[in-house]
Amino acid sequence: MTGPTLTLEGVTKQFGRVRAVDDLSFTVRPGVVTGFLGPNGSGKTTTLRMLLGLAEPTSGRGLVGDRPYAEHPQPARLVGSSLDPGFHPGRTGLAHLETYAPQVGVGRARCREVLELVGMGDFGDRRVGAYSMGMKQRLGLATALLADPPAVVLDEPANGLDPEGIVWLRGLLRRFAEEGRTVLVSSHVLTEVQHTVDEVVVIARGRLVHASSLAELAASAESGTLVVAADPAGLARLVADRGWTAEPEGAGLLVRGIPAAEAGAACFAAGLELHQLATRTEDLEAAFLRLTAVPEVAA
Amino acid sequence: MRNALLAEHRKLVSTRLWWVLLIGMAGYLAFIGAVMAFTFTVTADGAEAPLTGVDAATATYSLVNAIGYVFPLVVGSLSVTSEFRHRTITQTLLVEPRRTVVVVAKLLATVPVGLALGLVGVLALVATSAPLLSWRGDGAFLTDPEVIAVLVLGVVTTAVWAVVGAALGTLLTNQVAVVVVILAFTQLVEPIARTALGAFDAVAGVSAYLPGAAADALIGASLFGEIAGVDLLPRWAGALVLLGYGAVFALLGRLTTFRRDIG
Repeated sequence: MTGPTLTLEGVTKQFGRVRAVDDLSFTVRPGVVTGFLGPNGSGKTTTLRMLLGLAEPTSGRGLVGDRPYAEHPQPARLVGSSLDPGFHPGRTGLAHLETYAPQVGVGRARCREVLELVGMGDFGDRRVGAYSMGMKQRLGLATALLADPPAVVLDEPANGLDPEGIVWLRGLLRRFAEEGRTVLVSSHVLTEVQHTVDEVVVIARGRLVHASSLAELAASAESGTLVVAADPAGLARLVADRGWTAEPEGAGLLVRGIPAAEAGAACFAAGLELHQLATRTEDLEAAFLRLTAVPEVAA
Repeated sequence: MRNALLAEHRKLVSTRLWWVLLIGMAGYLAFIGAVMAFTFTVTADGAEAPLTGVDAATATYSLVNAIGYVFPLVVGSLSVTSEFRHRTITQTLLVEPRRTVVVVAKLLATVPVGLALGLVGVLALVATSAPLLSWRGDGAFLTDPEVIAVLVLGVVTTAVWAVVGAALGTLLTNQVAVVVVILAFTQLVEPIARTALGAFDAVAGVSAYLPGAAADALIGASLFGEIAGVDLLPRWAGALVLLGYGAVFALLGRLTTFRRDIG
């Protein structure tokens, strides 16, 4: 199975005076899990809604394979999706699936099957009004999986899932990618998906700020060296002489972008007595926060 | 389209709403049937019954519309508004992005439930009024061809009301608002308008084009018409006017609510 490539081509969405999504372009390939990341309100859901034909882009377009989602004859067979899933509280979980089954092109047996798949086999005959948040999240997933689709687009699928459910979801998405399907998962927390995704697309304030493999994002994480010297004034002079950027941390200075060996050698050459020399690496979460941080407004 | 119809049908019958309203309609019409038949047959000594003979029978049986139409209207409109209220409309449009197909399927899918409401409503009405009419009045006239037409068209009209309700729902997607509008219009505005307009010759003709009056015309009998002395439209014209309301609502809904970004 090879899933369709999902493409966003210069997509912009303007709500009145607010530009929710600004000239956003990226590609989601089959065979890998792509994480679509950004803080709350960065435009992730709006982007997904435009990709799936629920909202009209102000300009640009989203494609599933070679054409927009809505131009496929039975698009839900191609892309299984769950965006802010809503449920009628008076309908049973099974009946919820059965109301969408005809247009997805599956029978009632498949509805039972996906309920089993998401671990809800025993709850299909209960009304959704009695479901917990996690159960609703699983039912939303079941709806997305009805067609056994070659591509899945999930908006914050881990919300409300218990740790066991998150592990299960991770395994499912990994398996989908290995089968060659296209998998796009949005999240506002990188650490939540860092064990799941291969590729990351990071947006902030509606704009693309980073797109690469997760490994490349990790490699781009900034490192530095913590230096604690017996003579803080001498250390400060050294940092200034070398033109390093540093900030105070504890009793010493955190020197950005300079490996420990280089910092240590410089201190030795300057005759500084060192009390501590330690490599500091920014973790993925910090890298993510740096990418998505609101830039300081120039005075 | 077949799949969309099946999906919409399943949505309608998979919640409790339709049969709760079915029972409500049956109970209400059974009560109204008894009251009206009693009014027509039991009169003070010397007083004349307001309606007699076959007119009393058809006027009573036509109440499936004049009194009962609120039920199919609510069922139809809630079939659309509940999707917005519970946000299931998102998934509906994900599986069927062609919004005209969604709207048309929603309108047509209310027909079977509308027919069921009509059938049960007419049966309930006849069940209580026919015995009274034949016991104290001039008869129930259940084998009279004109009466049979009224009964059958009462069922049909109820189904059309369900379609009109769904059309109204596409235009007015707020569930609370649509229920308030329906209740206010059917229980207050239209009865008053039909009576008041009928009192003035210059505008009496206008009342025939009100939706409830058009539906009475389709049935071919009307209690309001008899009371106010207003002539109904011909059957075909009543059907066209009623369907016209539905078409206009649905078209406006398609061009407003269903053209916007949803979900």
